[in-house]
Amino acid sequence: MEQNPQSPSDTASKSGLRRVAIDPVSRVEGHGKITLMLDAENHIHEARFHIVEFRGFEKFIQGRPYWEVPFFVQRLCGICPVSHQLAAAKAVDQLVGVENLTPTATKLRRMLHFGQVLQSHALHFFHLSSPDLLFGFGSDPKLRNIVGMLEKYPDLALKGVKLRKYGQQIIAAIAGKRIHGTATVPGGVNKALSLAEREILLADIDDILMWSQDAVMLNEQIHTAHAEHRGFAAINSNFLSMIGRGGELELYHGGLRARRSDGSRLFDQFDYRGYQQIIREEVRPWSYMKFPYLIELGRQQGWYRVGPLARVNNCDFISTPLAEAARKRFREFGNGDSVQDTLAYHWARMIEALHCAESIQDLLHDPDIAGTDLVADLGDKRREGIGVIEAPRGTLFHHYQIDEQGLIEKANLIVSTTSNNQAMNESVRSVANEYLDGNEISEGLLNHLEVAVRAYDPCLSCATHALGKMPLQVELLDANGTLLDRLSKGGNGRIERAA
Amino acid sequence: MEAKAETAANTINIDGQEIPFEHGQTIMDAAFAAGVYIPHLCHRPGLTPHGSCKLCTVDIRNRISASSTSDRRRQTKFTVDADSRSVSACTTPAAAGQQISSNTPALNEVRKTITQMLFIEGNHLCPSCEKSGDCTLQAVAYHLGMLDGHFPQFFPRREVDASHPTVMLDRDRCILCELCVRASREVDGKNVFAIAGRGTAAHLIVNSPSGKLADSDLETGDMAVHICPVGAILIKEQGYEVPIGRRTFDLHHLGEAGLEKVVLAKTVYRDE
Ligand code: SF4
Ligand code: FES
Repeated sequence: MEQNPQSPSDTASKSGLRRVAIDPVSRVEGHGKITLMLDAENHIHEARFHIVEFRGFEKFIQGRPYWEVPFFVQRLCGICPVSHQLAAAKAVDQLVGVENLTPTATKLRRMLHFGQVLQSHALHFFHLSSPDLLFGFGSDPKLRNIVGMLEKYPDLALKGVKLRKYGQQIIAAIAGKRIHGTATVPGGVNKALSLAEREILLADIDDILMWSQDAVMLNEQIHTAHAEHRGFAAINSNFLSMIGRGGELELYHGGLRARRSDGSRLFDQFDYRGYQQIIREEVRPWSYMKFPYLIELGRQQGWYRVGPLARVNNCDFISTPLAEAARKRFREFGNGDSVQDTLAYHWARMIEALHCAESIQDLLHDPDIAGTDLVADLGDKRREGIGVIEAPRGTLFHHYQIDEQGLIEKANLIVSTTSNNQAMNESVRSVANEYLDGNEISEGLLNHLEVAVRAYDPCLSCATHALGKMPLQVELLDANGTLLDRLSKGGNGRIERAA
Repeated sequence: MEAKAETAANTINIDGQEIPFEHGQTIMDAAFAAGVYIPHLCHRPGLTPHGSCKLCTVDIRNRISASSTSDRRRQTKFTVDADSRSVSACTTPAAAGQQISSNTPALNEVRKTITQMLFIEGNHLCPSCEKSGDCTLQAVAYHLGMLDGHFPQFFPRREVDASHPTVMLDRDRCILCELCVRASREVDGKNVFAIAGRGTAAHLIVNSPSGKLADSDLETGDMAVHICPVGAILIKEQGYEVPIGRRTFDLHHLGEAGLEKVVLAKTVYRDE
């Protein structure tokens, strides 16, 4: 294996470093776990962020009928089930030979997805991240949560709750339920939007737009006013995202675009059904999760980031005016280049939330949205389908092969957090390098590591259940693999040091 | 006793309500006719009663012994209704004067436990199951206030049979009620299904040379295809077409008169 001195966090094969086994219990309980490994000179040599694995699902799905898959896989994630349903549904459309949905079905699916992204982004910013950003990374963890937010910034916190609720309302109107609903069927959707439902959704959209704008402004101010946010957890990465036909920001359907870390384009408008020609997934012995990379750039240099930062950087424009104006300011901040700041994820995320709100408004006024032509004519059956969508956390790949009876033979999923796997490790290493002092993990270091990881909005199970109180454990190992220190923070914010 | 005096020769009493019956009817038949709901899963009017799920368990007291004594032992919990016996309503003939308890906390607790066992013995993962909202097992669980499976999950992995062009069999959801077995024999005039094995090894088999549905004479229109109370026998490629809010149990409740017909009529098939 070629070694790259530029990327010391990929040194699994280097001697003098012991591999650390992942404690499966900590995964089940939904703890995030970070292992920092020192070299002989006591510098950070490697950083590993251990995350929950998704491979199990690919096995469970085998032998299940293809039409069940969108509803089976949406149980993968408690925050973005709709994204999984839609990615799988797009693959299923191919299995039943449908290239184009009816205008109403396309628009309903798009609106469903905008609702999903809006609610996920609102949850992430207002519940999980705004406490870090508004109270400061080092502030008392007991205050640094949604409860503290409600006390100190009641107005802002309330807007967050309502934005999220609106996204859920959209989902419920189209999928029948806020969570685990059913909207898609092969080649379309199962339910028209009634005029009454449309009226109810229209009644609140002006407020939603206003609050989304406020959220963008707030994030813009936070990021531009704090110089220390710029370089925090800094890495220089490639970016991958879906892109619309005209180069616009696109969350539901389009081609793939990748930019190198220097901003140059690697490929554009690539048909995602050929994703295996451009992305390979590397397996590493210490992690259940795979490490995807862009084949053309190679295993060492090919890792990339996905999600809001990648999308807002990658696109040429946004099709809705308010979000586009916000994107331009974002671009100016980056002097016309990609913004690499890890914490700019938050800013980009709110630009997208605003785009979702605007798009929902447009769709609600579109006559097709209340149409009743819901399912396209099915074509010839196919044995393979690949569906890709931009989930809140980034590009999401669903790939299925079925047998002649319609049962899943093989499935491959690349979830967004997997794509960000290497980037999160790099960011963690960057923070550790900056904040580790001696052989002890300080509380400040733990807090900063948490902020870095959270910028990516990884879909750890703990990120959902603890609402901002992510249980996290950090371990420090020396060059021989001996444990030097271990610090953990429980869901209640209590810090404990292992003896 | 007043009740004794009012009990006519051709009525039974369920939870205090006098219900007429005709000769030859079971307790379940009489209850059905009177619109009284006794929870059940393996029963369907028109098919031979089977008495296997035990959800329809009721207690019968003989009226003479019913509360006519002041024996103090009756007040201790071990000897309550020493004269009552538990029977399956679907197989027990109605007989004049039967004093029956059905909708009692104790019996519903037993029913809930039975339902929990049915859940954990199979893979009943409602959030992704296409039968959700149309599933009688799920509706019964809601009706009984079941909140979890209580017992450890079996997670069986039995064979899925998708060989038939229009019908699929997911054995991991089968609750062995034998409704399909009886419907096939008694209504469709075929003999497509049977149960083989005993205890936890019991499973549904297909009577065809290869044991596969494709080689059986099952057709989409057969009652056996539509009668399954869970998601074990399914019409292929039709799942999730009915939106949430319009599924059977979104619109109807379990005890509703004529529900059995609604359930069967709801299944529309594409090749018609
Ligand atoms: S397949 Fe359905 S109808 Fe047949 S025995 Fe099993 S649960 Fe009953
Ligand atoms: S309905 Fe009577 S035993 Fe099943």
